[in-house]
Amino acid sequence: MDFVLTLVNGLSLGGIYAMIALGYTMVYGIAKMLNFAHGDIIMVGGYTVLIFLSINPILAIVASMIFCLLLGIVVEKVAYKPLRGASPLAVLITAIGVSYLLQSLALIIFGAQPEYVIIADLGVLNIGEISIGYNTIITLVSTVIIMIALTLFVKYTKIGRAMVAVSEDKDAARLMGININMIITITFAIGSSLAALAGVFSLLKVPTITPTYGSMPGIKAFTAAVIGGIGSIPGAMVGGIFLGIVECICNSIPELAPYTIAIEFLILIVILLVKPSGILGKKRREKV
Amino acid sequence: MQEYVLETKGLGISFGGLKAAQDINLKIKKNEIYGLIGPNGAGKTTIFNMLTGVYKPTTGTFFLNGEELKGLSQEKINHKGIARTFQNIRLFNNMTVVRNVMVGLHDRPEFKCSLIESLLRLPRHFKVEHAMRERAKELLDIFGLLEDRNNLAYNLPYGKQRKLEIARAIATHPKLLLLDEPAAGMNPQETAELMDTIRFVRDKFDMTILLIEHDMSLVTGICDNVTVLNFGMTLAEGRVTDTLNNPEVIKAYLGD
Amino acid sequence: MKNLAVTLKKVKWKHFINYIAIALVIAIFTPLSLGGSLPLTSRLLLEKIAMNILLALSLSLVVGFLGELSLGHAGFMCIGAYLGGKVALLLETNFNGDNSIVPFILALIVGAAVAGLFGFIIGLPALRLKGDYLAIVTLAFGEIVKTVFENSSEGTFGGPKGLKTPRFDNIYLFIIGFFLVLLCIFIIQNLIRSKHGRAITAIRDNEIAARAMGINVTKYKLVGFIVSAAFAGAAGVFYSFANNYVRASVFDYNYSIEILIMVVIGGMGNLTGTICSAVAVTFVNTKLQTMLTGDLAVLKDIVYALILVVIIIYNNAPALKGFREKYNFRNLLNKLFKPKSSTDKDDEGAWHRVPTKIAMDEVLSIDLKVVESTMNPDKEDKS
Repeated sequence: MDFVLTLVNGLSLGGIYAMIALGYTMVYGIAKMLNFAHGDIIMVGGYTVLIFLSINPILAIVASMIFCLLLGIVVEKVAYKPLRGASPLAVLITAIGVSYLLQSLALIIFGAQPEYVIIADLGVLNIGEISIGYNTIITLVSTVIIMIALTLFVKYTKIGRAMVAVSEDKDAARLMGININMIITITFAIGSSLAALAGVFSLLKVPTITPTYGSMPGIKAFTAAVIGGIGSIPGAMVGGIFLGIVECICNSIPELAPYTIAIEFLILIVILLVKPSGILGKKRREKV
Repeated sequence: MQEYVLETKGLGISFGGLKAAQDINLKIKKNEIYGLIGPNGAGKTTIFNMLTGVYKPTTGTFFLNGEELKGLSQEKINHKGIARTFQNIRLFNNMTVVRNVMVGLHDRPEFKCSLIESLLRLPRHFKVEHAMRERAKELLDIFGLLEDRNNLAYNLPYGKQRKLEIARAIATHPKLLLLDEPAAGMNPQETAELMDTIRFVRDKFDMTILLIEHDMSLVTGICDNVTVLNFGMTLAEGRVTDTLNNPEVIKAYLGD
Repeated sequence: MKNLAVTLKKVKWKHFINYIAIALVIAIFTPLSLGGSLPLTSRLLLEKIAMNILLALSLSLVVGFLGELSLGHAGFMCIGAYLGGKVALLLETNFNGDNSIVPFILALIVGAAVAGLFGFIIGLPALRLKGDYLAIVTLAFGEIVKTVFENSSEGTFGGPKGLKTPRFDNIYLFIIGFFLVLLCIFIIQNLIRSKHGRAITAIRDNEIAARAMGINVTKYKLVGFIVSAAFAGAAGVFYSFANNYVRASVFDYNYSIEILIMVVIGGMGNLTGTICSAVAVTFVNTKLQTMLTGDLAVLKDIVYALILVVIIIYNNAPALKGFREKYNFRNLLNKLFKPKSSTDKDDEGAWHRVPTKIAMDEVLSIDLKVVESTMNPDKEDKS
């Protein structure tokens, strides 16, 4: 029975990872950059919830999504857009700088002490001997809904198809009259608001937040995105769930628990070396 | 003495289901200037990539002076004597012109200097550095780039970048030089100069040259023989004038 | 040609400026320290400066010259600190806190060698992966190292409480540190300013072309990672001696970023700049630590983060290219100090120029005019 519980917890944790991984994977696919600050958007979202929580929990969630959406756009416009066409190394370092900046700002505004953000006490569902938190169920269901919605969006809307086109070939897409800048902005907006949502779900799970709250889940979600295959929406889901389950299984075994992070990163390194395109990703050949 | 410098036997490669090149049989004699032509997407650069080890051929093999090179790494193939230039220029952009050529000289036996010798600044390090620089300057002089030697490669005009790529490739002292569209982006006068330079280096460095080119004035001007490719297959081969007048070739280029 | 003698002098001076600066530091502070007029805080600061120069220089080799981003530099340092500390502990019986330098040297060799070995191991993925992926691998490596040492048993590496190492408590420690810096400059500078360094920069600029020129990419990438890791390991050993306590949680991702900030502020691929910025950042950090308390200390992080972003955008934004070439620091210096001088001999400055990879292929495939417009007549060196 314990194992079933571990599995369910893994699924919901995986759902959160998947939601964050979506942001990474979409941005990576379209802007061809690793948005290091993506994890910190989660943290910003969490603190936004904290600010608005006293008014109304639903309002707080919506506010956090809107604020993160705007933040994502601003970060992209100010920090990343000037570097389009510059070396990947420069873009990566800038993203690290942005991440560092967001963390420091949070630290100076909210302090290093953890804040408690109890959005709602959702209670527990008892099925036989297993009791599953409603937050777990909501997380899982929401992840699935978001994933389906996003897949449909990419497949059937004009903007979604433009996104695919940009990720395939930026220059060709530009020649087809697609506004690359707008597509990239939209991608950042979607990714950032999903990150805010992921922040909400992780707060439902563990209701404390610190300025470095987002960095570990961020890096793990990137791991998930890589495992699933960067640039692939279902890949983010698969990778996230996989990583969530691995983490919960490791944590449930006392001898392995302290090494959970090391194990996850080891999986990342192995996947990158053996199959850098991930489980569902496409292989790219460098043109000579 | 081998009859052919380069000989490919049934060379071919496929990416997934796409046969980018198949059954390529080139026979290039020593000191020949050989043209590889064909419409875009005919598989010309793919052949260069196979000959330099970037891609591993899926079928067939190739020989340089009778020695089979298939399956060797890019570095090894270069050491065996094949050097190339790239269609979309690949210079070391943040290095100066002279240093670009010195990288080409890096693995020449006469400039051997171990890591330890360099780290400890033993006399050989200084001797080799000086000799490399002088040799690089000689090469740059041939291509009229001596004046530009201290500029960053990135800041050279397009035509000079193409020439620098050739100079850098020659620096590795190849037996066979592969030029991928050397005249692209050049005006007729520059192309004419380039033709003289190519002949000159062929004679001076005793090389054989295989080149891809769309500029027919260059092909007819300096190539001895050509192979025409279309859809990854050999369409025609032989003396330049005969081949270019082949009705099949004209059809491939101009359509029906 | 009449400038040749002058130029030669200049070239020499440029080669030795780093040595001279460090030697001056040693020459000034050693007598002060021996005379007892150097307060402990200054000695501690000097120790920290020496350590950070080592870290920044070694990271600069990978980031500035190999062109790959390593986010696990603190991991190598961590290995050096633990291994070096352990060796010193094992030798403690003959050690007794006196002025014997032998255990220190042994610890240094072991720490640097093991860190170098791990540099080799991290260099292996670097042969297959590039850019973002490799950065993540190095980050993962740093976290794995940290986790492993944190969870070691108490008998081996002290576990979560950390490893108590013998402090090399004497007034010479910072001097040893600066001698290490001299060694580091010697190795890295000689590596870079040789045909081997040229091969490394060639790989950075265009790996495919470097391969086609017969450059042994495997060898040079590994050399870069090994040398870099070994010096980070040496810095770690130094750390364990200076602190008499090693705790894995110190060597986290943020530490790696701090080192990266030093490298970026100093100018990637510019050793002198890197040394200067390592000194400045360490100095500012230490001074601010005493001046600002609590959350206010974070202000400096905000400033660093902003500086990092601004410098990178300024140095790399395609739109600012023309501006950059006109008003860069180097040109400014040239205008101030050597009007109309033409360095006929060599192009020594070239090592320090715009060291990040420029996506040349992209530029070319978009528009040839971009390339032509980047020509800058001011910069041409007519000799």
